[in-house]
Amino acid sequence: MGKYVIRRLLQMIPVIIGVTFIIYVSVYALGDPTVGRCGERPCPPGYIAKFRADYNLDKPLIVQYLLYMGNLLQGDLGTNFFGNQVVDELASRWPTTLRLGLMALVIETVIGISAGVVAGIRRGKFVDNLVTVSTLFLISIPIFVIGSTAQLIFGVRLGWFPVTSTQGTTYQLILPAFVLASASLAYIARLMRANLSENLRADYVRTAKAKGLSNSRTVGVHTLRNSLIPVVTYIGIDIGALMGGAIVTERIFNINGIGNFLYRSIRLKDGTSVVGTIVCLVLIYLLVNLLVDILYGFLDPRISND
Amino acid sequence: MTDTTSSDSVIAVTIDPTGGPEGPVSAPEKREKARSLGSDAWQELRHRPMFWISATLIVLFVVMAAFPQLFTSKDPYYGDLNRAREAPSPDAWFGMDSQGYDVYTRTVYGARASIMVGIFATVFTLVFGSLVGIISGYRGGWVDSLASRIGEIFLGIPLLLGGILFIYSFPPSLDEPLVVSVAKIALVLGIFGWPSIARLMRSSVLQVKPNDYVQAARALGASPGRIISSHILPNSLASVIVVSTINLGAYISIEATLSFLGIGLQPPAISWGIQISEASTIGLIRAAPYLLLFPSVFLSAAVLAFIMLGDVVRDALDPRLR
Repeated sequence: MGKYVIRRLLQMIPVIIGVTFIIYVSVYALGDPTVGRCGERPCPPGYIAKFRADYNLDKPLIVQYLLYMGNLLQGDLGTNFFGNQVVDELASRWPTTLRLGLMALVIETVIGISAGVVAGIRRGKFVDNLVTVSTLFLISIPIFVIGSTAQLIFGVRLGWFPVTSTQGTTYQLILPAFVLASASLAYIARLMRANLSENLRADYVRTAKAKGLSNSRTVGVHTLRNSLIPVVTYIGIDIGALMGGAIVTERIFNINGIGNFLYRSIRLKDGTSVVGTIVCLVLIYLLVNLLVDILYGFLDPRISND
Repeated sequence: MTDTTSSDSVIAVTIDPTGGPEGPVSAPEKREKARSLGSDAWQELRHRPMFWISATLIVLFVVMAAFPQLFTSKDPYYGDLNRAREAPSPDAWFGMDSQGYDVYTRTVYGARASIMVGIFATVFTLVFGSLVGIISGYRGGWVDSLASRIGEIFLGIPLLLGGILFIYSFPPSLDEPLVVSVAKIALVLGIFGWPSIARLMRSSVLQVKPNDYVQAARALGASPGRIISSHILPNSLASVIVVSTINLGAYISIEATLSFLGIGLQPPAISWGIQISEASTIGLIRAAPYLLLFPSVFLSAAVLAFIMLGDVVRDALDPRLR
């Protein structure tokens, strides 16, 4: 087990270096980091020269990257053109986005797993078809359509929930969290259903039944636990989708979180904020996945032994 | 990110990457029915209404993308401000938008951008991903390690975040033709999409390679090219195509999301994402919900069609589910 954890940690290092290098090169070396710095006009040469000196862009690429990584490790994501530290901008918005994300995570796991279990057990029946078809629709409808429609129906027409969630209180975040969770909920339900119905046909389930165990025990104890393992892995990947979804959801419901900050920075062409936020999100994504992988090793001993 | 999932498209997780190799393994029982895996799957598909629904929708959208004139005789760029936000009527089926454009006409013309992005991105990931997957699976050794590490790096960036970053750095400019903007976006999606296909292909190759008939072909002096094209590809193509079909739907959705966020295609280009973005401000949703409804329905139907097709074909190819 210890060897597995250490191996995963070591494997992470080249990925983090590679990811940050790709982001750095695409933005600062290949792209033009001064885009949008001077409004809709191209920047004057004096400004460009100063900018390039300030951001070490006049040095060789590898030195540039190392200096950038040095700053990153010290928590410096740069200064945006309002003169604010991007880190501070993110820190003040972090709690709201975290709360939204956690609420979505709870919603998608609870509803997704229950729907998947019900469909998997009653395979081929009405419930199963209902879950399969409705999740297919949830997956196909892009999140911004779901968000705008939910806002129109539940916020404007029915008035059940606040139309916007400016303060980001838990009550205000209920509707956005459901919107954010919708697609992932459908994926989890389908994944759970597929795993469960496959596992139900496994030999050990037949053995358990032959031993005379009750149906609830074969499903609840033997099959369910095994079927949950891939769902855990999926949640790791899903954090990336939730981050993308948060940008859209926070924009629609005007939530003052990281996603909305990123959206506004894109609109204002505030490059430092865009890149800083994305680097930060990608690093969090990688770390969460590392944790999930390690957890996976504990849940499924076959993985850590090979 | 994880060694355990062969694809980041979770809907496809139940695909056995070895879906192909089931063919030769279960060949004897198949032979009794005198059917290949392909024709067996076709027999299964023919009786599925979902298959016909999704195939019809896809053909419809592709024709719409290629020849929008067949569906409407109006000019998508003709705006009449006197009729701005007019409700749907027999003259303008889907109503008029804030600029007095005919929503139906623009929705029909919007198919082109979405379908093109989806197809370009899928072809890129399919060709490049399969190539990398086959080479790394077949060669093994350091080539394999290198390709896998590089793939991990690209899988480490969530698709939408990577898309935002790349397109932000290389924005589509207003004076380039639609095809160039679309190709740029498709390329960006492809850059982050190929590793999942490469992994799938690699694991298929590794499954097929040690089989006796491959060893026999090699012993008879078949070249690597021949072994790959006549033994390895036919076995692994099915699962790769299924995943690609599902991904095509996902790419269409992401392109629209990028346009919605204001960094994908830019007006005057016509796309569903732009239409929905313009229609989804809170005041407009209240005043003219039909502006949001119709492009959303088209977009969702297109995504649904591809995902549904992939799903149905996978079920037909996977004998374990029967």
